[in-house]
Amino acid sequence: MTTEAGTSRLIIGATINGEPQEFIADERDSLLEALRERIGLMGAKEGCNNGNCGACTVIMDDRIVCSCLVMAAEVQGAEITTIEGISSSESLHPLQQSFLEDAALQCGVCTPGFIVAAKALLNVNPHPQEAEVRLWLAGNLCRCTGYDKIVQAVLDAAGDGKDTA
Amino acid sequence: MQAVKYARPSSIEEAVGLLAAGAGRARVLAGGTDLIVLARERRIEVDLFVDVKAVDALTAIAYDQGAGLTIGAAAPCYRIAANPAVREHYSCLVDCSTLIGGVAIQGRASLGGNLCNSSPAADSIPALIALGTTVEIAGPGGRRTVAVEDFCTGPGRNVLGAGEFVVALRMPPPAAGAGAAFQRFIPRGEMDIAVTNAAVRMEFEGERVSSARVAVGAVAPTPLLVEEAGAALVGSALSEATIEAAATAARAAAQPINDMRGTIKQRRHLAGVLTARCIRVAAERAGVGP
Repeated sequence: MTTEAGTSRLIIGATINGEPQEFIADERDSLLEALRERIGLMGAKEGCNNGNCGACTVIMDDRIVCSCLVMAAEVQGAEITTIEGISSSESLHPLQQSFLEDAALQCGVCTPGFIVAAKALLNVNPHPQEAEVRLWLAGNLCRCTGYDKIVQAVLDAAGDGKDTA
Repeated sequence: MQAVKYARPSSIEEAVGLLAAGAGRARVLAGGTDLIVLARERRIEVDLFVDVKAVDALTAIAYDQGAGLTIGAAAPCYRIAANPAVREHYSCLVDCSTLIGGVAIQGRASLGGNLCNSSPAADSIPALIALGTTVEIAGPGGRRTVAVEDFCTGPGRNVLGAGEFVVALRMPPPAAGAGAAFQRFIPRGEMDIAVTNAAVRMEFEGERVSSARVAVGAVAPTPLLVEEAGAALVGSALSEATIEAAATAARAAAQPINDMRGTIKQRRHLAGVLTARCIRVAAERAGVGP
C-alpha cells in the first residue's frame, strides 16, 4: 500500500473477484465505499451501514464480512469476492438460478448479500440442513420475502447436486 | 465518515507510540465492528485508526498445557471458535464466540474488542470472568495486567489509561475434571443483545466441587463476578439445594435496570435461571451429573 503522489489517498492492492488490481481510496473510505465509488462494483448495497443488515456482505479471505465494517486500507493483500464474482462464467451461478426459480427476491436490495453469504456457507457446508441455512443467514435482513423462499432457494441450490463451486 | 487516518503498526511499541501521539483521538482498530460504527455515527471523535492486526501477539492463539491459553486481543471470533485447544479445553469460549453477532460479524469481531467496548451486556465478558482471565495491557508506562472482572468500570468505560491498549487475554490451564458454560437469554434465536447472560466454571474433585466462578452480565453497570454464588457451590457435591443457593446469590447480586430489552424483574429472574443452567451444563461437560 502506498500513497498517491501529491495527495493523501492510498493506492491499495487486492485481488478482487479473482483479478489482482490496484485502486485508489481515501483513508476514510470503507471497503463498501471503495467497491462502489472507486472500483465501480455496485452489487454490494448499503443498507444500514452499521453491520445489522448484511446487504453489503462480501467474502474477504474465505470469510464473509460486512464491507461497511471494513476499512478499505485493511484489504491490502486480501482476496475479495463480491456478488459480481459469484459466477465464474457468463451463466448464472446455481444460487442465482435458484433465487430466480424460487422467487426468492422482490425488491432485490438484500439479494447480493444473501447470495454471497449463501455461497460462503456452501463452500464450507455443501449440503446444509434448513436450520443451518437459517442460522448462517441470520445476519442478512430481507424486508420483502419473509425468508422462507430465500432459505428454500439455498436448499435447492445445494440439494440439486448442482455444482455450486 | 469523519476524516480519519489509518496506520498499521508492526510492533506493540510502534502501536503504543501512535496511540500516545494521538492524544486520545487515536483508537485501536481490531475487528472494527464497534469502532467503525462509533466513528461513522460521530459518537466518538477520532483522527487515527491504529490497525493492530499486523502485530503477531494481537492475533495469535496459543495453548500450552502448562501455561494455559493466550488469545491475542484482535483474534476474530471465528478463529477462536475453530481452534482445537479452545474447543477441547475452553468450550465456554466457543459458546460466546459463536453467538456474538452473526457469521459476518464473527469473521471480524474480537474478544479484546468486546472487552474494550465494555458494554454491560457484552457476551464474552462473563465467560472470560468465569475462566479467570488476566488482561495483558501495553501502554506508555510499559506492560501491566488486570483481572478481567476488574477491567470494566461502567457502561463503555474501563481501566485503560491514555495510550494503553489490550494486547492479549490469558486463561489458566484447564484442570482435570473442570467444566464451564456460557448462556444468554434473548427473545429471538440470534443476532441480538443479551437481556441477561451468565457463565460458570467449576472444578471437581470426584463429585465434590473444589472451585467455582460464576459471572452474570446485563444486570449491572458492568459484568459481575458473583463470589457468593461460587462459594455456594464449593465444598459439596452439586445438588438442587446448592444450585438454587448459587442462583439465589446471582439474583441478589443483580442490580438491573428497566429498558427496551427487559425489566428489572425479568433480568433478576434470568440471572438465577441462567446461572442454574450454566451450572448444569458445566457439570455435564466436566463429566459430573448434578
